Amino acid sequence: MDYSALIENVLNALAAGITIGCIYGLMCVGLGLIFGIMEIVNFAQGEFLMLGMFCSLYLVSVTGALAFLGPDLGPFVGALCAGPIVFAGGALVYQFIIGRVSGMRTASVTSDSRFGQLIVTLGISLILQNGGLLVFGSTPQTVRTPLASSAILISGFYGDATVFLNKARLIACGVAVVVAGALYVVMEYTTLGKAMRAAADNPTAATYMGIDVNRTYRLAFGIGSGITAIAGGLMATYLSFDPFIGFAYVVIMYSGVVLGGMGSIMGAFWGGLLVGIVQQCSTLIFPPQLQNALIFVVFLLIMLLRPQGLFGRSAERA
Amino acid sequence: MRLGASTRLKHDGIALAIVAAAYLLASALMHNSYYQLIMTLVPIWAVFGVSWNILSGYGGQLSFGHASFFGVGAYTVTLALVYWGLTPWLGIPLGMAIGAVMAVLIGWPTFRLRGHYFALAMLAYPLVFLYVMEYLGFQEMTLPMHAEHPVLYLQFKDQHFYTYIAVGLLVLGMIVCMLVENSRFGLALLAVRQNELAAEAAGIDSWRWKMRALVVSGTIAAACGGLYACVLLIVTPDSVFGLIVSAQPVVLTLFGGMAGLWGPVIGAAILVPLAEALNVELGNFLPGIQGVVYGAAIIVIMLSAPEGLFWTVRDRLFRHREPPPPPVLDALPLRHAVQPATATGPLLQVEGLSKTFGGLRAVSEVGFSIAAGEILGIIGPNGAGKTTLFNLLNGVLPADAGTATLAGESMLGRSVHRVCRLGVGRTFQVVRSFPRLPLIDNVVVGAYGAGLSDREAVQSAVAALARVGLHGQAGTQAGQLTNKELRLMELARALAGRPRLLLLDETLAGLGRDECNDVLDVLARLREEGMTIAIIEHTMHAMLRIADRFVVLDHGRVLASGLPRDVVEDRAVIEAYLGKKWLERQNA
Repeated sequence: MDYSALIENVLNALAAGITIGCIYGLMCVGLGLIFGIMEIVNFAQGEFLMLGMFCSLYLVSVTGALAFLGPDLGPFVGALCAGPIVFAGGALVYQFIIGRVSGMRTASVTSDSRFGQLIVTLGISLILQNGGLLVFGSTPQTVRTPLASSAILISGFYGDATVFLNKARLIACGVAVVVAGALYVVMEYTTLGKAMRAAADNPTAATYMGIDVNRTYRLAFGIGSGITAIAGGLMATYLSFDPFIGFAYVVIMYSGVVLGGMGSIMGAFWGGLLVGIVQQCSTLIFPPQLQNALIFVVFLLIMLLRPQGLFGRSAERA
Repeated sequence: MRLGASTRLKHDGIALAIVAAAYLLASALMHNSYYQLIMTLVPIWAVFGVSWNILSGYGGQLSFGHASFFGVGAYTVTLALVYWGLTPWLGIPLGMAIGAVMAVLIGWPTFRLRGHYFALAMLAYPLVFLYVMEYLGFQEMTLPMHAEHPVLYLQFKDQHFYTYIAVGLLVLGMIVCMLVENSRFGLALLAVRQNELAAEAAGIDSWRWKMRALVVSGTIAAACGGLYACVLLIVTPDSVFGLIVSAQPVVLTLFGGMAGLWGPVIGAAILVPLAEALNVELGNFLPGIQGVVYGAAIIVIMLSAPEGLFWTVRDRLFRHREPPPPPVLDALPLRHAVQPATATGPLLQVEGLSKTFGGLRAVSEVGFSIAAGEILGIIGPNGAGKTTLFNLLNGVLPADAGTATLAGESMLGRSVHRVCRLGVGRTFQVVRSFPRLPLIDNVVVGAYGAGLSDREAVQSAVAALARVGLHGQAGTQAGQLTNKELRLMELARALAGRPRLLLLDETLAGLGRDECNDVLDVLARLREEGMTIAIIEHTMHAMLRIADRFVVLDHGRVLASGLPRDVVEDRAVIEAYLGKKWLERQNA
């Protein structure tokens, strides 16, 4: 048995898993924010990811607004710029649509009324997907950067084992970690972050404390959308995409959020990271077609064995 | 059958017959084969919605993964036909059987989860199937043609026949739904959906009813999938296990109206043709526009009719109508509760009961007893562990140590509904009602929970309502009752199960002086009838009026117990209630 080849494979899978996982982590944090604070099951989150990809594409390639930054830097700045754009869109969507079927108004009502919110997000998802098809067309796109086809080679830990680190993914991973870290600081140390957590814990009490809960929800929804869009922009550098890509990722996002523990916003990052690692490492053992099936099996196992998630505090009370 | 079931069954049955006949006639007159296909798909998706509605609408267990059952039905029919040459007439029942087994296998682990957790876990199952089917090489399965035996293999050249069969399936599905809705099955599901803990405390085995709902639902969904495969003649993992398939019954039912017989049908009748028509009319030159319009239609409806079309329209049209007359309740014998044989020794005996939450000893070494026919007042300051004590006694929380026996039988280690069946009725600090059900049904739930037959249950519920004096409001929805009436309703619900012991948690909380007296009168009457009651209460004067003996809890311990007069004058009790300083000032 050739151990060196095996170790090389494992190390490469791990490296790919960690880099992709960090980007998944960022994507999951966006959903985790929305789910954790408002308990909204948002099916349109995959479409925010897709919008992030197309925002970046339009900024970098189609309009050339960021062309002056060059093909190495441009795509990543484009991904970051997608954040505020989709943030604005998300906040508007919350203000005019989702806020009417969820939020303060329904926080105290029985769980029945939350069902409406579900189908509304399904409707938004349909509009964005198909609207995307109308506007962007169905040709697969990618935000080209020469970095995607070059890699850093690291060798010398074990015989001839060489680890390939794709440069585009590596930078994307770095950006994802920085953005997630920045969000962590905002959530932990700023008034806005505290207001969001307060509104998540007890919207009524938060109102009595002078927090404008509806505004907080709107911001949280916008930020959650924007964060996922940044992750989308980052993914666009190494992945080809079309307007229907969101559906493939929405379940991965939920897996990450559940793994990390629903309600634990930063836990979602670790959940997403784990999904990435599981996905990449599973290729070592399982045929690639079963990659996604394995993610869902892990997801189910975690749900059933530890429904509060790996990093969550406790499940809901009786 | 539930109260008023025969009228409802008759109305819905007539409506169903008319709609089905009209639909069949319309189908027979339709000669465009594409529109005929749409007319076949409408009932198929409608019955899929009906199946989802049984679990998620009535039972409130939101499932995003009903494609599991739909897809299994479709693939069973297809694979059985391909490999064994088995006719769909047998393939569909086979798929239904497999669907039922799968429902048990899926429900067994998944019902441990609640709310969003359940919904999201259900989402994953069809996706696992989807990828496994792709892996196994069943990407695109075509049903082999058996043109020589069209009837035998369900392969008609004439699309009409598919429509007739689909309508037949829909009628069957709706009859199942009607039977569920009008039996204790439906009432148990509605109760579980509206307040699971209250249903459990009323003796409803929520796990079992949810499981039954999933099995019925999965079986019907598998039948839809099987027929769908026969109609389209081609099956791909995406077309039967995909997220869109899981979303379909959710959208149709929420659009049409949840937890009603007609909701999914209305949803399917509007949305399925709309989607298809948009696809045909606009799909060619504006790809995607149909999805945008469809999505916008869904959003607009949900913003203007969040309850779904059926309920909103019904509320608009019939708002000015008189409330439905209360069911005929007179001429039923008022029966007193079955009294326990006055055995030797106390009815309830609690010893050394303890519970800690982390470092907090919420209940510590608590022991007391209640004799049959006695009212025991449990008092103590906030946080003394009174409600926790009740939660331990009726199985909401597991105890760390100690024993509690009801007439010699241990109450601990049983689930909530089992404790109820043992003969323990419970009310809650914050009223847990089933707000969308009429008062009488709220109470009947308690009687069903005790395992009474349909006739006995209604009698028992009526008697219980009479005992608390809510006889006149039997038809009112619980959501419209006042606080006092809700308190009495909870009491009646507990009584309807013919309990031996009542645990009343702050039944008087939030009541005005007069209301308080009314409830106390009811309790006094119950004592005269021989009921045994443990009641938690803050207001001392009320307790002095009603209680035979007191147990005082403080910081989880029994501070004092005995006759009311003695306890009230106990220094430790006064200190716990009013503070040390107050006591010192009194003595000074």
